Amino acid sequence: MRVDVVMPQMGESIAEGTITRWMKQIGDTVSRDEPLFEISTDKVDAEIPSPAAGKLIEIKNAAGETVPVNQVVAVLETDANAAASAGPAAPAAAEKAASPQAPPPPPAAAKPAAAPPATAPAAPAVSFAPGARIERQPMSAMRKKIAEHMIESRRTSAHVSSLYEVDMTRIVKMREAYKPVYQERHGTKLTMTPFFVKAACDALRAWPIINASVDGNDIVYKKDLNIGVAVALDWGLIVPVVKNADELSIAGMTRKINDLAERARAKKLLPDEVQGGTFTITNPGIFGNLFGLPIINQPQVAILGIGGIEKRPVVVDDAIAIRSMMYLSMSYDHRVVDGAVADQFLAMVKKGLQEFDESLL
Amino acid sequence: MKRLLCAFLGRVPYAEAVGLQESLVDRVRRGEAADTLLLLTHPPVITLGRTTKPGHVLIEDAARVARGIELHEAGRGGDVTYHGPGQLVGYPIVALSGERRDAHRYLRDLEEGLIAAAAAFGVQASRLAGLTGVWAGPEKLAAIGVRIGTGWVTSHGFALNCGSDLSGFEAIVPCGIGDRAVTSLSRILGREVSPEEAAPRTASAVAAALGYEAAWGDGAVAAGSGRGVSWPPSPGDAP
Repeated sequence: MRVDVVMPQMGESIAEGTITRWMKQIGDTVSRDEPLFEISTDKVDAEIPSPAAGKLIEIKNAAGETVPVNQVVAVLETDANAAASAGPAAPAAAEKAASPQAPPPPPAAAKPAAAPPATAPAAPAVSFAPGARIERQPMSAMRKKIAEHMIESRRTSAHVSSLYEVDMTRIVKMREAYKPVYQERHGTKLTMTPFFVKAACDALRAWPIINASVDGNDIVYKKDLNIGVAVALDWGLIVPVVKNADELSIAGMTRKINDLAERARAKKLLPDEVQGGTFTITNPGIFGNLFGLPIINQPQVAILGIGGIEKRPVVVDDAIAIRSMMYLSMSYDHRVVDGAVADQFLAMVKKGLQEFDESLL
Repeated sequence: MKRLLCAFLGRVPYAEAVGLQESLVDRVRRGEAADTLLLLTHPPVITLGRTTKPGHVLIEDAARVARGIELHEAGRGGDVTYHGPGQLVGYPIVALSGERRDAHRYLRDLEEGLIAAAAAFGVQASRLAGLTGVWAGPEKLAAIGVRIGTGWVTSHGFALNCGSDLSGFEAIVPCGIGDRAVTSLSRILGREVSPEEAAPRTASAVAAALGYEAAWGDGAVAAGSGRGVSWPPSPGDAP
């Protein structure tokens, strides 16, 4: 039986290959998976194993020739004995995606042009019909990192979430009042983030388990409060870390956070500035979302989500009042943080925000 | 995560490194050895890819011999390259599987790993479209040339320029790209970075880009090479 040997597809974006060397000559016998020829594409040389056992009876393209993927480059004759076993051998070769070669097209498809590309499972790409309305793009390095990180976190931690409602009216007013002062005195824009970082730091000191991580059967309590602040980017997401956040004044913290966020957008963060976080704050409310249930930033055990702030009618002292309200969510790792602890931590963050000490500004 | 056995072998003559790779490729294909990243340096050597154009070796044979530079043909992709002291050479011997069985994907993964390794030193490196390798601005920081054997087992790999002495490159047109200069971590940082120093972070970054976790070991590699590991870097050094 005659078996065609085709130029294999070595990658989704590879359309052709240059034959650099034939390891076998016409008349030589080869066993299946024995190297038959070598090809070169871009910066890759590849050794192509024979798709079947047999005698090499025809070489269609000499070394040096560049050949499109799936074109027949040689023909093998499996002898009488081998032919008897060729039936089972051919499907076996097709199943064995372990070899880089594309399996030969079925013998019926004698003409190379008749060999449909879909018979090349060696190509990792899904071959799709012409005109299919999709566009395939490789993930960026950052996208891949985010994807791996998120899945890894879901696999690692027992995620549970708690949700609190916080009256932000005082802080909203304070921020309005101090915004021009900050611009003038500190040369930086006072945002809401420093208020959250400050309230979180105070509560983390009271509940050190929230600032911990899990290492095997140990719980590792982190003495430093290194607060990651998630920054949304057009091309993804990054979490720069405010190191020893509890040691900074509100002005210092504001400058630090703004500087990190700006450099994150300018792609100028140093590797050290996105590492070593012990707790993360993320802001899913930025586009008006009420609240999010974020994924924990490993190896941390909790992540605080800041919802959108909006005016709502609420009951204050048995009267209906208009207040600036916000949902505060936290996802935590139930392996080490129980609901009672998480809730007391959140209650403390809530109190810290509602009763924020104006003298700190 | 899968573990990539990493070892720094110190200075290894080119021919010996080729032999070590061939034996590891066989053993990895048969499942007798773990996927491995060999890290080493070479004595001065010019290696030719199968597609090397003759004019890309600039140095005369006599001058080359006088300078103690060896010449070898390498069964890898790419054009001519130079290896020498001050350059961290990495040979990942790994069995690609699943969606990673894509030659271009593999090149891009190696580039990603090397860019991350440079970033770990505070050096911003990038790809240049159409030119495989890793670049700092317009200058070449790392070269890549690989081989994929039966069973999608890789060999050859990358060379990251660490030290400041780049004079060996004068003997060649790097990778056949005439108008591009070479640079190194030391040149960029203004302090001497040795291949030994670069090895741990490079191993971690390349392992991660290939979907592995770097694990430092000497047993399997040393047994295969008859060569001890001269410097087992601590994984704690990795970022």
